[in-house]
Amino acid sequence: MQIYLPIADLPVNVFLVLGMGIAVGYISGMFGIGGGFLMTPLLIFIGISPAVAVATVSSHIAASSFTGAISYWRKRALDVALAMMLLSAGIVGTATGVWLFTELRALDQLDLMIGLSYVTLLTVVGAMMIYESVRAILRTRHGMPADLRRPGSHTWLHGLPFKLRFKRSKIYVSAIPVWAIGFVIGFIGAIMGIGGGFLLVPMLIYFLRVPTATVIGTSMVLTLVTMASATVMHAATNHLVDAVLALILMVGGVIGAQFGARTGQKMRGERLRLLLGLLVFAVGCRFAYELVVRPDDLYSLRYVAGG
Amino acid sequence: MRRLLTTFAFVIMAFGTEPAGAERLVVSLSNHRVAVTSNFVGEELVLFGTVEPEPAGSPLRPPYDLVVTVSGPPQTLRTRRKERMLGIWVNADAREFVRVPSYLAVLSNRPVNNIASPDTLRRLQIGLDNFLLPQRIGPDLADTVRDDSFRRAFVRLQTQQGLYRESGTAVTFLTPTVFRAAIPMPAAVPTGTYSIEVELFANGGLAARTTSALEVIKTGFEQYVADAARDYGLLYGIATALMALVIGWFASVVFARD
Repeated sequence: MQIYLPIADLPVNVFLVLGMGIAVGYISGMFGIGGGFLMTPLLIFIGISPAVAVATVSSHIAASSFTGAISYWRKRALDVALAMMLLSAGIVGTATGVWLFTELRALDQLDLMIGLSYVTLLTVVGAMMIYESVRAILRTRHGMPADLRRPGSHTWLHGLPFKLRFKRSKIYVSAIPVWAIGFVIGFIGAIMGIGGGFLLVPMLIYFLRVPTATVIGTSMVLTLVTMASATVMHAATNHLVDAVLALILMVGGVIGAQFGARTGQKMRGERLRLLLGLLVFAVGCRFAYELVVRPDDLYSLRYVAGG
Repeated sequence: MRRLLTTFAFVIMAFGTEPAGAERLVVSLSNHRVAVTSNFVGEELVLFGTVEPEPAGSPLRPPYDLVVTVSGPPQTLRTRRKERMLGIWVNADAREFVRVPSYLAVLSNRPVNNIASPDTLRRLQIGLDNFLLPQRIGPDLADTVRDDSFRRAFVRLQTQQGLYRESGTAVTFLTPTVFRAAIPMPAAVPTGTYSIEVELFANGGLAARTTSALEVIKTGFEQYVADAARDYGLLYGIATALMALVIGWFASVVFARD
């Protein structure tokens, strides 16, 4: 069944898009991530322009992270104060990202920027995740606990001023790294059409020493608000959010996420991280391949104005 | 500069190509309005017509050739060329094609190059090679030679999308004076007003011409969504974000397991 997408301006098969939503939703539920880094490339692959894909995926991630945030809220596994602090910076980052997105689009370099950010971010993060999880798996082979205890020692980050206490997470840290992390996540989210959950969770654990109990729920709140505001900002400035496409993706995504979450709970943590690392790394390599190999067509068109 | 070019083109049309005149064209379109709905996958319009003597009773001069040029609402598009820089492929050079047709179909009963001399075709702007496609070159607007790499790439990309086409078989003469032309409208057809130029040739010279028009409109829900996104961007964005929240909340209610 074909349906015409009003903003992307092309007809697509509803079941294909719904299937993509379910598949990405399954993976996002399994790993507790938004899945934007998979959805955006998939949409580009079926012929939707990178700009529309990035803008539309933000609303899709908002939906799936809201579902997640509600379930973590029910379990009280959510640090509202920390989330608010990250958010205030996240929105500034998103606004900066949307602004840069608009500028790069005018310079014909948006597609390149999206490609380059994907390559660097995904290959680096993917490689780090593979390295870390393989080490954890090897440690269990040798009969040691898989997860090393977080070292109690403080890093230089804890020496920074403007210290704040976050009761639910039981941490006492400077506002500066909290702000920086929020800004970075909001910024790359707007540029790349990703929620940044797969980046935010490790950042919160390694830099701020947020305990695992509250980290995913808190990250979901941040993802929710940055992606919802990215949707509004992309719609207001670039007019690129396709509501029909978003609706199909959301419905598929929330269904897939439920089944993914069940599979994810049955798997061991380090195995899950290894799989996610491989997936992230593979998507990064795919983008690298596209940038390095001579394209089939050196020319491309971009719509400037009607009338 | 563009106005100058257009004026120039009109002057040529007015003085250089006035038909010698023993024929008149009567044409009718199967449908003057194409509605793009949610399940629109393209459509084919049919243009019927006859060649009538003018004034009545004067002799006709078959065989005739017929060219139908359909052009969609003007659009400005950038054609970009990738080049290798530091090992990666980057959009290095770009040209802007200003107010060119978003849709352009040149339909005829045999390849246009066999219908009239290259000079006549160029003067009448018949065929994709001869249609005026102004590019912004520095401060000026001008069409380039037909072999220009950006022009060729632009026409090729538009052709791949099904938006530009040249067909030497789309017009059929049912009798020596009655013809039908099939106008293909692809799924990605832009909305707006289309002009149809019908030109009749006899012995390689222009014998008669007439014009018609059609309209492509988005209807119903698609139109509503597209208008809202363009005119009320902020509200549209808020509505989309709220939709995301409602669906997210709904899912958590439906799938709640505790």
